[in-house]
Amino acid sequence: MTARTSLLRPLLRATPRAGWWAVAAAAALAFVVLPALHLLVAPGHPLHVSDHVVTVAGKIACYATVAVALDLVWGYAGILSLGHGLFFALGGYAFGMYLMRSIGRDGVYQSDLPDFMVFLDWKELPWFWHGTDHAAWAVALAVLVPGLVAFVFGWFAFRSRIRGVYFSIITQALTYAAMLLFFRNDTGFGGNNGFTDFKRIFGFPIAAPGTRVALFAASVAVLLGTLVLCRWLVTSPFGGVLRAVRDGEPRLRCLGYEPLWFKLGVWTLSAVLCGVAGALYVPQVGIINPSEMSTAASIEIAIWVAVGGRGTLVGAVLGAVLVNLAKSWFTKAMPELWLFFLGFLFVAVTLFLPGGLVGLLRSRRPRRPTPASVAAPPSPDGPAEEVTA
Amino acid sequence: MRLLRVLLLCAPCLAASHAARAAPDEPAKRLDPAVLAGLAAEDSAEKIEAIRALAIQAGPGAVPVLQALADDRLQVAGGRVLVADGEALRDAATGAILPAPPDGAEAVTINNRVRRALEGTLSALRVFDPDRTVRLAAATSLASSVTPELLPLLDEALAAERDGAVREPLALARAQVLLRSDDRAARLDAVRALGEGATRNVRALLTAAAADEPDPEVRAAAARSLGAVERRLLLADVVNSVFSGLSLGSILLLAALGLAITYGIMGVINMAHGELLMVGAYAGYAVQTFFRRSFPAAQDVYVLAAIPVAFAAAFTVGVLMERLVIRHLYRRPLESLLATWGLSLVLIQTARAVFGAQNVQVANPSWMSGGVSVLPSAVLPWNRIAIVCFSAGVLLVTWLLLQKTRLGMFVRAVTQNRAMAGCVGVPTGRVDSLAFGLGAGIAGLGGLALAQIGNVGPDMGQLYVVDSFMVVVLGGVGQLAGAVLAALGLGVAAKFLEGATGAVVAKILVLAFIVIFIQKRPQGLFALKGRAVEG
Repeated sequence: MTARTSLLRPLLRATPRAGWWAVAAAAALAFVVLPALHLLVAPGHPLHVSDHVVTVAGKIACYATVAVALDLVWGYAGILSLGHGLFFALGGYAFGMYLMRSIGRDGVYQSDLPDFMVFLDWKELPWFWHGTDHAAWAVALAVLVPGLVAFVFGWFAFRSRIRGVYFSIITQALTYAAMLLFFRNDTGFGGNNGFTDFKRIFGFPIAAPGTRVALFAASVAVLLGTLVLCRWLVTSPFGGVLRAVRDGEPRLRCLGYEPLWFKLGVWTLSAVLCGVAGALYVPQVGIINPSEMSTAASIEIAIWVAVGGRGTLVGAVLGAVLVNLAKSWFTKAMPELWLFFLGFLFVAVTLFLPGGLVGLLRSRRPRRPTPASVAAPPSPDGPAEEVTA
Repeated sequence: MRLLRVLLLCAPCLAASHAARAAPDEPAKRLDPAVLAGLAAEDSAEKIEAIRALAIQAGPGAVPVLQALADDRLQVAGGRVLVADGEALRDAATGAILPAPPDGAEAVTINNRVRRALEGTLSALRVFDPDRTVRLAAATSLASSVTPELLPLLDEALAAERDGAVREPLALARAQVLLRSDDRAARLDAVRALGEGATRNVRALLTAAAADEPDPEVRAAAARSLGAVERRLLLADVVNSVFSGLSLGSILLLAALGLAITYGIMGVINMAHGELLMVGAYAGYAVQTFFRRSFPAAQDVYVLAAIPVAFAAAFTVGVLMERLVIRHLYRRPLESLLATWGLSLVLIQTARAVFGAQNVQVANPSWMSGGVSVLPSAVLPWNRIAIVCFSAGVLLVTWLLLQKTRLGMFVRAVTQNRAMAGCVGVPTGRVDSLAFGLGAGIAGLGGLALAQIGNVGPDMGQLYVVDSFMVVVLGGVGQLAGAVLAALGLGVAAKFLEGATGAVVAKILVLAFIVIFIQKRPQGLFALKGRAVEG
């Protein structure tokens, strides 16, 4: 009992009381209010929440998890990844394999193999598809594969001290290469069509209202769990080292720390969180294809974080929600203006709003000290090249 | 009719057909009326037989009659075949003009099947054309698609041909026919002659001969010839790969040169660099459209006029970007990366709004079409040669600009040590703008070159931006030599791998190689010597 409290106490203390209230409110909304409005209120009633809204909300919760994961490495450790879409998609593909297998013989070709394999005239499953009919193994893959890819890549990159923009464009090349790989039919993941036409998940029909609500609630739970975990991490001594990596890695090394393991740890954790979000995303939108790995998709994640305010976890969530709502609205109302909006958003946020929306709010309310350096001017004696980067 | 029978049996007993051929007394004028009558037959198959027989019998002499048939100028009256020649009618057999049109002359009509056979025969007969290029083209196409009954024609053409370049494909075509002969000596000659060839077709023939040939001596000769052909094919493959690699590399070089300068001097990764390529390409398109509308006569020189336009357009966009956005983000490289990405989105959408979402066509000027044939199966297209030369020229000018001018000295000074350069009076702000504009302008030139071989569309820049970053990463920062070596190396390596593994895997392998390479040399091929923050 004492062991448990000693573990729990710092976790509880990491988040201020207002934060816990916010978490509780979000949980109540996601687990009680929205399911009730969707399932119990009759369609047509003004309070009814439609399928579409539930799906979009679940999708945005997954995006917000990815944003928090990126914020963890970018906002706190100063590592800007332009390849987080890869980890997201890998998680999605891993879980998508299970969803494809659980279609069973209900596909177009009524074969045991997924439709695209029948189409390619394959006779048996490739080796990496073995065991994916078990949900537990698929979930494990959704965690392990992004984690492993991130660990191996990160180990090579951090070990040779690739930093700053160099690291960013190499992550971009990584996700670009992966996208090309997944576009090939021979890779065994359905080529450019990817996976789609899912029928059921854990035995439940995938489009049923109950399943939708459950997936939405799971996405919110993962998001809240991610927030609490990251909050605990960044307020712990580990988080302190991460900020030191961001603000002055050479100096940290001089003090006797080896930044490699700190960077690698947080990098791998971030990738795993993305993988989990991807695994939840796929059953909700009903499709996963290589365009999730495009360089544009990955860099968009960075703008969610930048809009909300990097270096603050709530900012990442805020940015993901606002930008994605704007995207939903624009692509429906005036699709030709969306890229203009997004482009100017990138420019405006970096030029005028380096602290993001949260930074803006905090500068209005000076009673709360801003943590570390988000909106602060670069310290005069830091290394010139990446003080705030 | 004897000829027709022989032709029906043609494949197995060609030698017989050859021997049985009636030598015409006056090859150009006199045609066998019996065969000519076949042209007017009701049955299409009979007509086709007659066309082939006539061609083999009369060689080039048959061309006027067959051309008349193709042009619907052939008539028949009482069993006599006549050619309408303007107002006059000639007897097809003798070529004599008839004094008066005979009664009941009917036009000979042909259906599509006959027309196809006729066109094939006519094109084979072009090996007798007086124009050398026409003969060469006809002989080359015969060498890839020869049919056994053409053997007499080939013999005749070979006897008449003096030009070695035309004789070569003719001899190859003849050898392909003889390969199927019953005569051992003829087959032996054939496999030896085929050993001079260098096409995949010949290789397939020889492979079959080396496997199926009953006679051991011929088989051994076939194996020897096969070896020679394969060596030649391999050489052609290597030449082709190296050359297309060089042309890909020179495009990458143009894309990466600008990037290397801007990253070297300002530490800014310009994600909108690919869109500067696009600006240059669309500038080329605009100039082309302008020339089409205003100076249709001078269309072939539009490319020359487009060079300054493309440079100026991209230079302007680049300087605007630098003044309005990037200048405010020095010392914040990660944020400038995001801001320039935003700029690239804006540029893409602007291009869509102005030029439409579809790709536009930028045509090669006529002097860029065609190519030089260095080996029988290695043709270097002129447009790619032009691009390689153009890149070399741009590289030379850039190098001179950086090494020999005052601006270049300033650029190098700021690259090496911005603060110190500022202290000794280098106007760093203006140098930044000009250097950025210079890099952008070079990218615009690259886009113009790219437009000559690829598609021009709003998304074209996105395809090249990752590649050009890789060149900069591989080559090292701010290093012209590094960028050149990396661009050409990546281009050639990509093309060689493409031959072995396919384009996508090649690309992945190259990217993987770069990631591993960075492990060993994080500063690129040519590290800038100086005091870095950390070694």
